[in-house]
Amino acid sequence: MAFTIGFDWIISTRRAAATAAAGLASGAPFAPNAFLRIGADNSVTVIAKHLEMGQGAYTGIATIVAEELDADWPQVRVESAPADAKRYANLVFGTLQGTGGSSAMANSWNQLREAGAKARAMLLTAAASDWHVPTSELTVSKGVVSHAATNRAANFGSLVKTAATLPVPDQVTLKDAKDFKLIGHKAARVDAAAKTDGTAEFTLDVVLPGMLVALLKRPPQFGATVRSFDATAASAVPGVVKVLQVPRGVAVVAKSFWAAKQGRDALRIDWDDSKAEKRSSADLMEQYRRLADQPSLAARKEGDAERALRDATQKVTASYEFPYLAHAPMEPLDAVVKLSATSCEIWAGDQFQTVDQMNAARTAGLDPQQVSIHTLYAGGSFGRRANLGSDYIVEAVSIAKAYGADGTPIKLQWTREDDIHGGLYRPMYFHKLEAGLNAQGQLTAWRHVIVGQSIMADTMFAAMIKDGIDGTSVEGAANIAYAIPNIAVNLATTRTGVPVLWWRVVGSSHTTFAVEAFIDEVAHAAGADGFTFRRKLLDHHPRLKGVLELAAEKAGWSSAPLPAGRGRGIAVAEAFKTYVAQVAEVSVDKDGHVKVDRVVCAVDCGTAINPDIIAAQMEGGIGFGLGAVRFGAITLKDGRIEQDNFNSYRVLRMNEMPKVEVHIMPSTEAPTGVGEPGVAPVGPAVANAIFAATGRRMHVLPFPKTGDA
Amino acid sequence: MATTFLLNGKSATLDADPTMPLLWALREVAGLHGTKFGCGMALCGACTVHLDGKATRACVTPLSSVAGRKVTTIEGLQSKQAKAVQAAWIELQVPQCGYCQSGQVMSATALLERTSAPTDADIDAAMSGNICRCATYSRIRAAIHTAAQVLKS
Repeated sequence: MAFTIGFDWIISTRRAAATAAAGLASGAPFAPNAFLRIGADNSVTVIAKHLEMGQGAYTGIATIVAEELDADWPQVRVESAPADAKRYANLVFGTLQGTGGSSAMANSWNQLREAGAKARAMLLTAAASDWHVPTSELTVSKGVVSHAATNRAANFGSLVKTAATLPVPDQVTLKDAKDFKLIGHKAARVDAAAKTDGTAEFTLDVVLPGMLVALLKRPPQFGATVRSFDATAASAVPGVVKVLQVPRGVAVVAKSFWAAKQGRDALRIDWDDSKAEKRSSADLMEQYRRLADQPSLAARKEGDAERALRDATQKVTASYEFPYLAHAPMEPLDAVVKLSATSCEIWAGDQFQTVDQMNAARTAGLDPQQVSIHTLYAGGSFGRRANLGSDYIVEAVSIAKAYGADGTPIKLQWTREDDIHGGLYRPMYFHKLEAGLNAQGQLTAWRHVIVGQSIMADTMFAAMIKDGIDGTSVEGAANIAYAIPNIAVNLATTRTGVPVLWWRVVGSSHTTFAVEAFIDEVAHAAGADGFTFRRKLLDHHPRLKGVLELAAEKAGWSSAPLPAGRGRGIAVAEAFKTYVAQVAEVSVDKDGHVKVDRVVCAVDCGTAINPDIIAAQMEGGIGFGLGAVRFGAITLKDGRIEQDNFNSYRVLRMNEMPKVEVHIMPSTEAPTGVGEPGVAPVGPAVANAIFAATGRRMHVLPFPKTGDA
Repeated sequence: MATTFLLNGKSATLDADPTMPLLWALREVAGLHGTKFGCGMALCGACTVHLDGKATRACVTPLSSVAGRKVTTIEGLQSKQAKAVQAAWIELQVPQCGYCQSGQVMSATALLERTSAPTDADIDAAMSGNICRCATYSRIRAAIHTAAQVLKS
């Protein structure tokens, strides 16, 4: 692994700038690698290569470094890395810097442990050198190096001068897990205080001298373009500076948001819809239903599912329909761009720095090296900011370019309506499943057909589509964990004019629902209990079976049945190498109104770096997933999006949040991610609970309106 | 045109379009960035401030309508209820992305200033207008109860 020695000023926020200046004033800091800087003021600054969008990446990253460094948690601060894939690539992605796929901890684990341990070794060597004692006699605890025999102690800050002169060791011994003091314990989030008193800085909050605000009017249908526009009224709005046509629409650049908004409202645009997507989502779904019965491509084939289905004693068939979904992060997309003839500086809650550098450079007519990115806190993402076309970044750069690329900072601000109408949705899918049971009630055949758009087609990741199969369309289905002798999982990839993107937990946001709702129907047909039926099929899969058993036990699955009108449902998922099982309990009143009372969640994510953040991600994932299955749908009528804001694109609210209990499976395996996997099982667990309570199956998402609480 | 009101305990005169929503006047004219933009239609609560002590959505409140009135933003929170809420927020590690949390804290503080021992139903009624896409709702609920307990003792 490359271990860079270097020192970089990374100034992503005003606060970071102040920190760096303080470091300079009090002497040169010790920066043994790209991930860590220790100041003479005894501050330990961890440089985060991953976006903090709520998932706790900053805290997790700092915990790993601080653990091996033996730093005192209160002395640790975090700042964002610059865009520089040479030093800050996501090792799961290869050579790209970016955050996604619940990979921040998994890919950083060894890299950051080593970074912390090497710095610690150098601080020890520095103390040994300053004190003329052997390093073997030194101990380190909470940021203080001690030599018991001579009763000497020094904090890190006092050792940096010597440490900075030392070579970085090639080899270093990492801690034994039993010696962890931060990992596995409750290290407080590094961002909690600033996110409680309003001082945390998001892109919305960036203000630069002379900065202007732009709003962009985009076409009412995907694929439509500007034929002509009349800017007279818009230009007359006080505060509007310029009205500019750019590839994605017409931008109003103004001195304030309010002026830009009023200007945009006053624009008159004649759209050319000759190449626009004009279909309705209902028509698309009708087409998908037909495609499910047409030949499709094999994503997995084991045994002979067709024949086993023919030979089955009992056959079960069901289909499931999934709508487009918007991510709707709380912070509407925004980016600040300062563009000149030779450089492009970007401020954003940036999730794919390398991709965004490339796309910004192409738009600006610069080299990627001329694009610098200040990554700020993102007000949520759920996948939205990790898009391969860098839509909102490219828009901002194109506006700055049209403005004249004169170094004027321009903030592109999306409104909520822009966000809901803006595309890059979780694709719509149709799933058709068939299962065969033999006379003994054993599951012998499984046939699963998935119909929907590819996320990676026509993107720079298209090469990852193998033999026509986009893995993100079938993950969670093609790798179904249950032991079934005959399996066929097929994919029919569709094309529409609606731009699509990964949405929290990606393929498993629909495949887990289909698999786990259907296996429940199969278990019911076999006369078996949903937990027992699954458990028998997971003997070969101890980690998945482990969380299934843990969730069932903690939920009291085998205890007395719930009274009439209530029901329990269970579901499991493997996503990004993390295993999750959830048991949901629902109440249904006489009018059919559903209330989700409780969700018990068991998770195995390997080593639990921060159990409280793991619990928080499961809680949040459950709320996010539950909102989607109950209310979430983006629909098109003649190519126009029918939702506008949170009134018509409903998300989960306080009164709809169930009680959640999270149980973490003890493990010494390498850590895997927790940002996404908790989303996957909640939908089917709740659907299965509704069935237990009412006998009704949920085949169309979101759940019918009568299911509203 | 200028509008004068009491902002975080001090008289403020903001020279801006009187129809401008208070949210943008606070952010772009007064330079107070803690109050966030989430929906622009009073649907999400990210922009919640206190207007004469009452939780109010700044995104749909015209600047002119606050003339002579008392506006408190997250930057100006002083009450013992606010301090208890913020302490509980940190103790229970409520925030994730954090973007909605100014609004959540403002709504929770207004609730506790009015109702010293809120029930779960009170919390649902006071907080269901504040969306959190990270769904930190369980912790928000627990933190409000914690803050109420601390204030009681």
